[in-house]
Amino acid sequence: MGDREGSAGPPAAPALRPGPVYLTVFAIASCGLVYELVAGALASYLLGDSVTQFSLVIGVYLTSLGLGAFLTRFVVRGVARRFVEAEIGVALLGGLSAPMLFFAFSSPRWFPPVFYGVVVGIGTLVGLEIPLLMRLLKDTVVFRDLVAQVLTFDYLGSLAGSILFPLVFLPRLGLTRTSVLFGLLNAAVAFWSIRLFRDRIGPPGGLFARAGFVTAILLGAFVVADRLTAVAEENQYADEVVVAQTTPYQRIVVTRNRAGFQLFLNGHLQFSSVDEYRYHEALVHPAFAAAPRARRVAVLGGGDGLAVREILKHPEVESVTLVDLDPAMTRLARTHPLFLALNGGSLQSPKVRVVNEDAMIWIEKEPDLFDVVVIDFPDPSSYAVGKLYTSRFYSLVKRKLDPEGVVCVQSTSPLFARRSFWIVDATLRAAGFSTRPYHIAVPSFGDWGFVLASGRAVNLGNTLPEGLRALSKELLPSLFVFGPDVARLDDVPVNRLNDQVLVRTYEGEWKRFD
Amino acid sequence: MEALRLSRRDAIASLVGLPALSAFAAALTGCGKKDVRGLPFEGRIVGPDVARGHLLRAGDLLSRPAVRTERVGTAIVGAGVSGLSAAWRLARGGDSDFRVFDLEDAAGGTAISGANDVSEFPWGAHYVPVPASPNRALEAVLEEAGALVGRDAEGAPEWAEEMLCREPEERLFFGYAWRPGLYPGDGASQEDLEQLARFRREMNVLAARKDSKARRAFAIPTRLSSDDPEFTGLDRITMADWMRARGYTSPRLLWLAEYGCRDDFGTNLDGTSAWAGVHYNAARLPGEDDDEDPSEFLTWPEGNGRLVSLLAKSAAGRLAPSSLVFDVVPAPKRGAPVRVRVLDAARNEVVAVEAAHAILALPKFVAARVFAPWRADPPAFLKETSWAPWLVANLTLRARPKETGFPLAWDNVLHDSRSLGYVVATHQTGPEQGPTVFTYYHPFTDEAPAAARAKLLAASWDDLASAVLADLSTAHRDLPDLVTRLDVIRWGHAMARPTPGFLTNPVRHLAPVGSVHFAHADSAGLPLFEEAQDAGVRAAEAVLAERGVRFASQAAG
Repeated sequence: MGDREGSAGPPAAPALRPGPVYLTVFAIASCGLVYELVAGALASYLLGDSVTQFSLVIGVYLTSLGLGAFLTRFVVRGVARRFVEAEIGVALLGGLSAPMLFFAFSSPRWFPPVFYGVVVGIGTLVGLEIPLLMRLLKDTVVFRDLVAQVLTFDYLGSLAGSILFPLVFLPRLGLTRTSVLFGLLNAAVAFWSIRLFRDRIGPPGGLFARAGFVTAILLGAFVVADRLTAVAEENQYADEVVVAQTTPYQRIVVTRNRAGFQLFLNGHLQFSSVDEYRYHEALVHPAFAAAPRARRVAVLGGGDGLAVREILKHPEVESVTLVDLDPAMTRLARTHPLFLALNGGSLQSPKVRVVNEDAMIWIEKEPDLFDVVVIDFPDPSSYAVGKLYTSRFYSLVKRKLDPEGVVCVQSTSPLFARRSFWIVDATLRAAGFSTRPYHIAVPSFGDWGFVLASGRAVNLGNTLPEGLRALSKELLPSLFVFGPDVARLDDVPVNRLNDQVLVRTYEGEWKRFD
Repeated sequence: MEALRLSRRDAIASLVGLPALSAFAAALTGCGKKDVRGLPFEGRIVGPDVARGHLLRAGDLLSRPAVRTERVGTAIVGAGVSGLSAAWRLARGGDSDFRVFDLEDAAGGTAISGANDVSEFPWGAHYVPVPASPNRALEAVLEEAGALVGRDAEGAPEWAEEMLCREPEERLFFGYAWRPGLYPGDGASQEDLEQLARFRREMNVLAARKDSKARRAFAIPTRLSSDDPEFTGLDRITMADWMRARGYTSPRLLWLAEYGCRDDFGTNLDGTSAWAGVHYNAARLPGEDDDEDPSEFLTWPEGNGRLVSLLAKSAAGRLAPSSLVFDVVPAPKRGAPVRVRVLDAARNEVVAVEAAHAILALPKFVAARVFAPWRADPPAFLKETSWAPWLVANLTLRARPKETGFPLAWDNVLHDSRSLGYVVATHQTGPEQGPTVFTYYHPFTDEAPAAARAKLLAASWDDLASAVLADLSTAHRDLPDLVTRLDVIRWGHAMARPTPGFLTNPVRHLAPVGSVHFAHADSAGLPLFEEAQDAGVRAAEAVLAERGVRFASQAAG
């Protein structure tokens, strides 16, 4: 026995060259820091309050590093092999952290435990790395130098990660791709370490296979991430994309920044949570002030539930019918925490009925009459939407309106698209409505316009619900005043189904500002 | 898979026409056929009932005895647009003593339509241009259809917005992308564009031309056009000759002009009378000095099936479908009846009908086998008239094809195809997403009509469906996976071809024989709804006059 122990133990491995090991330290340090930043950024995008989120993430992450370091004392044999295994683990968990957490975010109850579980997991695995590497070098380098060199490269790697993450990777690749890319870097370090420590690992066994498997998963994630949001698309948004889905009807993208979140449909901004209250208060309340009754209300478009939130501030409202083409949009408004926080769960109100149908088709067969109709379609940038701005559509709306009822139409910007705005007004009048156009400043959009319309002359009222932030009785009449640069254009055509002049006009007008 | 591809390529090369239809025969009769694998969707060849029609050729019917004799004031033979318009006019004149016979199971002729869970769809004619000049009968029918909703201060008609073809009206697949409009403008040279502008200006000028009797040079219906030789002289040359003589050499412009001829007439530029070619471009313009093209189309998901059903209402209870009229003998003397014999295909029995008047609303190649005097002595005009064979297919799709470029329009044309492309049944009333029906049109213009017709009628559903799919797949690669059903109809004689000399063809000036009147679009020479309707209305008014009914003429002009 003794004889065997003496001669069969692994022959003393040749001394390691420290240079390549320091390079490894540098790489894993930058990866480790990037995962921490990814987690911090993600938490602040999704949960808001960046100071708290970053503070918590850093604290939990550092503690986990300590936990990992502590655990290395239980590693007695096969130090090099354990290091490579830790590396593969970090590659997988760290690389998939962002996509995993975006996915987990759809379930508000599970998000915090999953989130901190991931942070602890990554921290622990990363915590294993440096102590194990130092033990591998302990026989080659004098301890004093070892500590100095390894920690130097560790901190330098962190510096590299902390500089490159916000300046290069996040803006170019976005969170998901950045985390997957650094996972791949970790996997590459695993391969490189298998080679570097080959004399200490012995036969690599399943290590290559595991590293290869993880690499394949990460490459797969890269491809999926690409299908989820193209790099080009992410670049087009100023902020981080937190929801991106393509429905049969449109591309829905939600971005998140420090100030709040934004909804884009087909690349067009629909609202920013920072100032949407200005838009939605202006969209809804003037019509209610002008309508003699507001028991039955229809909202056409507006699947985000924000107009409905304003409508429900009027207690006399008995029923709200929301007609939005895209079930994915109304589902988002009903289930996504960001939307729920903003619309107050308006679509869950028992007064609200959601219909997912083309408004043009719905309105032809709808039997009911409405007291107030709020029309909140995206801007007329295509024929498919433009048809909902035609004299035909407005005459169908008129048929569904109580004789004293009032309609409000979001009508794009009278400043950026002046002619388009006045075409909407002219088209409503061609359909037999009296109109009262008005506008309000919405910083995310600019000067934004609406048209009030009724089968009778529109009597502007001034009763507003309590607690509005943008509108007041005193302000209301001023919205109906148009300065010279947005003043009425009289020689504008009517937008018709067979001649959608609005779509062409709108495209031409916005081009000047792109 | 490879085999399927090959067979599709064969099919497209043959049916879609390179060179002409010669390879088609090979594909259908020989090697091509065995390569056709089962297509992943269902479909069939739907009417017209070729076999029933061909009973006329055999002539055996003439010896069959009638089981009974019926009497009617007016027998209208043929329930296409002209026959139904005659019925509509009689009914409006207060005369309901008529019957309309048609060999098909449904009325409508080449304007019939179909329907499924997804949409109604046309099987043939699918739009009516907004009349450029006043046309009483047409306006009356369009008013009944809810398309004419009022008149402005000057009395000009106002049209229902939802029935005017919605934007986008048309697009062209040209150079691997969809582009707006029909003119292949991408990469056009200055010279191309100048010729296009000059062509449009010239058509505007011709649209405005009037003769000494204040008749438009080119009018709809055509009988209202000037007979001044300055204009009718165009009928002696082909449209191709005219274009050449006028210095129109731009291939893009020639493509556009030929597309128009193929679309409306089923003829190529070199087979179209220049008069007809100019008429196509000029007659629908208002003839005022504006450069804007105001042409508007009225259309419905089921195409002109909408108007056919409306007209058929005026014949409700007096319509006899599945009834093959095989013999019409004019009255030998005044006061005697026209003798009509009909095969009731459902009961397989022959019925004799004695009618005081008859309106033969049939294409003349059929009338020649039905009308006894013509059977005995075939009229010369038959040799001068030819009919274009067409294939029409309806493709039901589970979803829209994925594509970029200009969005799906009503009329979608493929520049490099010998088909006319397709119209979208849900364009006018449906949503922009989800299931729809494409109606595909393909006139056979590159070969003698009889030869093309023989091949078309010999083709199987597999052959035709594969060819249609292969043709459209050049623009829509994902189409084969989207089709849930593909039905085809073969129109052996879709329309009379306005070849040079058609204006002087005696078929356009047939006088009634006794109390037998002739009414069909081929009497005008141009296969348009307006012509068919005008012929039917005028025949009916002639009958009303014979019957001593007082009426104000509804006919155009």
